[in-house]
Amino acid sequence: MVIGKEKIWSLLATVTDPEVPVLSVIDLGIVREININGGTTEIVITPTYSGCPAMDAISMNIKLVLLEHGYKDIKVRTVLSPPWTTDWMSEEGKEKLRKYGIAPPNPKQQVCDTRLFEADEAVQCPHCNSYLTKRVSEFGSTACKALYTCNDCKEPFDYFKCH
Amino acid sequence: MTNNEQSEESSGLPPSKELTEAYLLHLADNALILGQRNAEWCGHGPVLEQDIAITNISLDLIGQARNFYQYAALLIGDGCDEDKLAYLRSEREFKNCLLVELPRGDWAQTILRQFLFSAYQYLLYTELQKTEPGQARFRDEQLAAIAAKALKEVSYHLRWSSEWVIRLGDGTEESHTRIQNAVNELWPYTGELFNPAYYEKGTAGTSIGIDPSLLKKPWEEKVNNVFAEAAIVNPNGQWMQTGGKEGKHTEHLGYILAEMQYMQRAYPDSKW
Ligand SMILES: [Zn+2]
Repeated sequence: MVIGKEKIWSLLATVTDPEVPVLSVIDLGIVREININGGTTEIVITPTYSGCPAMDAISMNIKLVLLEHGYKDIKVRTVLSPPWTTDWMSEEGKEKLRKYGIAPPNPKQQVCDTRLFEADEAVQCPHCNSYLTKRVSEFGSTACKALYTCNDCKEPFDYFKCH
Repeated sequence: MTNNEQSEESSGLPPSKELTEAYLLHLADNALILGQRNAEWCGHGPVLEQDIAITNISLDLIGQARNFYQYAALLIGDGCDEDKLAYLRSEREFKNCLLVELPRGDWAQTILRQFLFSAYQYLLYTELQKTEPGQARFRDEQLAAIAAKALKEVSYHLRWSSEWVIRLGDGTEESHTRIQNAVNELWPYTGELFNPAYYEKGTAGTSIGIDPSLLKKPWEEKVNNVFAEAAIVNPNGQWMQTGGKEGKHTEHLGYILAEMQYMQRAYPDSKW
């Protein structure tokens, strides 16, 4: 059987985020390393948020997919440093998000600074592409999203916020 | 305890195992208890978006607590794990400050507590994440990693809670009265944050801790700026409650633990 890293990367591209099922763990940029050591395969992942409840499910799904493909001794190790950033999300992932109806993180990194009542960089509506949008809340249905609404098409939408 | 040899400069050396564990548990307990308190709002927030906001903050805090507990459990060894630390320690073993265990009160009190605590956490984690030699302190790598991760989340908490303190203070007569009452109520619990406990004294200047009294001035500055915008009068009372960080809690902590620990106490090792 093939045990090359290439093969493993392509298998991991089929493991999706249970909360945003259009994104794979590769799109998200949370797989940091693959180490093959004798018969042991180690996958190193990093959480998106400290309290992200999807991480346990993701670790388990990574193990399951590799087991299904004949890998035996699999370890999934979590590292915290360097902390995950939306900069690590693939361009393909951003496009998938947009098609799914979630505005992808803006390319210019806008990590939350602590200045108050500052307008964030305009976020494009994933439905009608308008930039006339408004932040309703910086916290949304999951840790990684903020709630927005579009002033043009009037639709609410989720924004995968910069982090 | 002998701290005589401890200099102002960071030694970069690790403190004793016992002090390190106590310090990590203190950080974890603060995050866990505030996370548990905030979670009481789940389904009861004043509006849907803010209900979601406070519960998201709760989730972040519980995630941070897990990271600290996991690290502490690793150092403790001997089959210890995060669940044992959260669910099987008694009230006197918890090292959280009194501020985080107080009842949630009304929305103003919840918001204000979050603001006071986030401003503190923001400054603390900023220090704890510094890893480069030459920066103020040379940190334990794992502690710095947890802090750096958490700092990104706390930045959101601080901005959100600051804006809400201002909205309430600068809002209607009713909202102003409530936030001012919250300030009067919670202020006596803020002094403890900067009053070093034995494990803070014992780890200050090492690769683990920092002396929290150093954070007092920048914290007051942050808080007073927001209070000024919110037209809130700082009671500036000098009498401060203390004890929580060394295990002497208000009567409120026992009730939180009873609820939080019930399942593990009644059905040891149960999983779901
Ligand atoms: Zn639109």
